[in-house]
Amino acid sequence: MTFLLLCPNCGPRAVEEFITTGEVTVRPTAAPSRRELSRYIYFRTNAAGSQREWWYHRHGCELWFLAERDTRTNEVLGTELPPATRPEAG
Amino acid sequence: MTRLPPRATERLDRSQTVAFTFEGRTVQGYAGDTIGSALYAAGQRIFSRSFKYHRPRGLLCCSGHCPNCMMTVDDVPNVRVCAEPLREGAAVRAQNVIGSLERDLLSVVDRVAGPFMPPGFYYKTFIRPRRFWPLYEKLLRGAAGLGRVDPHAERTGRFDTEDRRVDTLVVGGGRDGLKASIAAASGGESVALVDENPEVGGSLLLSETGVSQARKLCEQARRAGVDVLASARAIGLYEGKLVPVDCGELLIRFRAERVIVVAGTAEQPLVFPGNDLVGVVLPQAARRLVNHWAVRPAESAVVITADDTGLEAVEDLQAAGTKIVAVVDLRQREPRAIAARGRRGAVTAVEIDGQRLACDLVVASGSPQPNYALLAHAGAKVEHDPARGVFIPTELPAGVESVGAAAGLIGAPAVPAASYEPARRRPGKSFVCLCEDQTTKDLKLAINEGFDSIELSKRYTTVTMGPCQGRLCHLNSIRTYAAETASSEASIGTTTARPPWAPVSLQLLAGRAHEPARRTALHHRHREHGAEMIWTGEWRRPYSYGDPAGEAAVVHDAVGLIDVSTLGKILVAGPEAAAFLERIYPNRFGNMEEGRIRYGVLTSDAGRIMDDGTLARLSPNEYYVTTTSTGAEGVIEWFEWWNATWQHDVEIINVTSALAAVNIAGPSSRELLGRLTDLDVTAEGFRYLDAKRAYVAGIPSLLLRIGFVGELGYEVHFPSPYAVDFWNTVLERGADLGVDVFGLEAQRILRLEKAHIIIGQDTDSESNLLEASMPWILKLDKDDFVGRWSTEHVDRRGLMTRLVGFEMDAAQLPLEGGQIVENGRIVGRVTSVRRSEAVGRTIGLAWVPAESAQEGAEIDIQVDGRPAPATVTLKPFYDAEGERLRA
Repeated sequence: MTFLLLCPNCGPRAVEEFITTGEVTVRPTAAPSRRELSRYIYFRTNAAGSQREWWYHRHGCELWFLAERDTRTNEVLGTELPPATRPEAG
Repeated sequence: MTRLPPRATERLDRSQTVAFTFEGRTVQGYAGDTIGSALYAAGQRIFSRSFKYHRPRGLLCCSGHCPNCMMTVDDVPNVRVCAEPLREGAAVRAQNVIGSLERDLLSVVDRVAGPFMPPGFYYKTFIRPRRFWPLYEKLLRGAAGLGRVDPHAERTGRFDTEDRRVDTLVVGGGRDGLKASIAAASGGESVALVDENPEVGGSLLLSETGVSQARKLCEQARRAGVDVLASARAIGLYEGKLVPVDCGELLIRFRAERVIVVAGTAEQPLVFPGNDLVGVVLPQAARRLVNHWAVRPAESAVVITADDTGLEAVEDLQAAGTKIVAVVDLRQREPRAIAARGRRGAVTAVEIDGQRLACDLVVASGSPQPNYALLAHAGAKVEHDPARGVFIPTELPAGVESVGAAAGLIGAPAVPAASYEPARRRPGKSFVCLCEDQTTKDLKLAINEGFDSIELSKRYTTVTMGPCQGRLCHLNSIRTYAAETASSEASIGTTTARPPWAPVSLQLLAGRAHEPARRTALHHRHREHGAEMIWTGEWRRPYSYGDPAGEAAVVHDAVGLIDVSTLGKILVAGPEAAAFLERIYPNRFGNMEEGRIRYGVLTSDAGRIMDDGTLARLSPNEYYVTTTSTGAEGVIEWFEWWNATWQHDVEIINVTSALAAVNIAGPSSRELLGRLTDLDVTAEGFRYLDAKRAYVAGIPSLLLRIGFVGELGYEVHFPSPYAVDFWNTVLERGADLGVDVFGLEAQRILRLEKAHIIIGQDTDSESNLLEASMPWILKLDKDDFVGRWSTEHVDRRGLMTRLVGFEMDAAQLPLEGGQIVENGRIVGRVTSVRRSEAVGRTIGLAWVPAESAQEGAEIDIQVDGRPAPATVTLKPFYDAEGERLRA
């Protein structure tokens, strides 16, 4: 992994400056069943292709953002700030 | 040191002699020599002994590609001396020999064991009896191989890494590379050009007219703004067009928009019996010896070549006074059989179709193979060109280009045969791979044994896996395969090219010698106190000041002082700070009064314990959060990550380094603190778990009355620059109270007496709140929080294991990590254990089966291999009711 990643704040930077927590997961909105819970915590799509991921500019501006990356080629198709949707109360 | 008359192309400065030692003898060369050229000029012909058979080997490529001239220079093994600049006083030694290069005792292998050492020989032969393998391995490793690495070697210089960005990077500084760089720079691009040789110009430097042309081009490139770097070897082309360049003691990591590979070609040996004899060389070797170092390579030579490079060598050899016995141009006449003959490993004649030609040099070269490795690293495909018998790069990825010979512009060389072995008699070994001593016979055997794919065969025979990394054997091994299996080279294909393209020293990759350490503002005071410093994560902390048990006693009896600046400190502030913390912690924080403190534990959504610390509510919208010493960055990332989704109106600010923190603990701490502040420090005025702001010793501070070490105590947080002043003042004003400093080990004893856990020591990545005996953290009467569902799941399935305290006879001391045993079975483990003077027993924490987690339960813990009895307790060992803490 030596590709360049476009930080929404800092522009293109070497990937070593970042960490990733992997693909974006969808957290259940209400109390999940055991199966739903284990699917959410342990199962990943592990796509061979385009994947939406979390990235963090650890050795830089310390921003969390989303990237669309092709896992086969490491081509970064785009990066963006997390959507500004307000959470529900609580 | 006999040299030819001065030549325009030579690199020597004849006014300056350089002395070095070779096998203990003093040898002289000139400035501008390589170690190899100086040795050759001094008459040395055998440069190494081969990997397996210990056959004598001499200079072959003279370009730093092949394994034939590897020696140990100043204790650095495997230096290719043909390319290593000569330096005064260098100590050069032969390697992989017993005796000398001329009389190597291990060469007996070549005569005796040769026919019995096919590929896989070691593994086929040395499997019985099995228990002897370690002995066999030791002997074999000693007999076969390369130089020895000194495990205690020091770095040989100062190494560093540099990052550079350019529009265009040109790899290779021959004529085409220089021209490409000039074109790019003239178009306004920022351009760097790297070349592995000490001077740019490539093969131009081998002729008088070429030298002046090369210097002109180089000058033109510099004027156009090209950054021309010689002695700079590109070792790979990675994704993102990252090209690390080895400049000796500096590794430059180039990032370029465009990389142009102009790496030229590698001359390929011909395969015939005796093709490894000393004196069988590639044209470059002969040409460099004559032109760069003014050495006559031999008295008489036979030249066999597939293209013009051999003819150019003929001219140079003639100019040097070497008699040319015969020239065989494969484009005009292809012999059926070639065999080199020699005495004591050095060539004396070559037989071509039965005709014996006496000579002491055979210049032999097949078609030149484009150096496509860097292009292949970048993802280019490689295609076989049957007309020229070489592999040509195609389908270059975007932003990667190639020009010149590396791109395949190599003219029309003849396609040599896979081998020129005489049909009947076997006059000797025909080597395909010099690095690993693999012959045509070995490859044929591998095919017959079923290793018919080139990738499998490579791993079995190790062809292409030696020091040359296939530069001189890849093409020939594929030709041998194609001929033997009666298929085409194209169908055999190539093996994968991987970086590094050339050997890199590990010290260069390691870079600058430094170990990042974090020190608190009190670091030097601790050293003055005589502290023994240890690592805790990145932090340096005092383990003790000499007497951990005594330090703990001071805290119990008087008052102690510990630097806790390493605690992570985070300000969480904003209108939704409370809502945010309620959501990320299992505890409740929204209902806390201003000026109060609560212990908090973070869990992941899988219910696993991640970190702990205290949270003080400074104002309705402002919390001061502390984390473990190593957890600060991780907790902040965790907070920020969740809030990237939640988007609560809250600021998360890391103040870890901005603030120092000192814990003043012990029964006299109230008295001492009272002397330093106007604050009401009475038991009623400053209660347990109160947070207050005040001036302490004249320093603006935040005081937290908490008790990790189990005695009345105050954690004082204040701006780091005041730390030394604060520390000195407290020690001075508390002298009559018996105040003293205590270190990490004393703190570990004290907290264990209170059964306070340390995250990461007593818990691991599997631990959850319920089994770690902290159910009171969990507040299920609030809405969703991170980790809720999984913790509820643990509750439903029931607890299987529990973290509990245990105590045992003070004479026993189990290991941390020691086993809890039950009927000879391991059922748990000890996580912390100490002898406590205050308790008078050995105390500890351990994971035990849930059914043993009862007050007074008897368990057995392994001590010195024997079970020893211990008693479970669910209460703190010291001050169980917390009266001292709350005093």
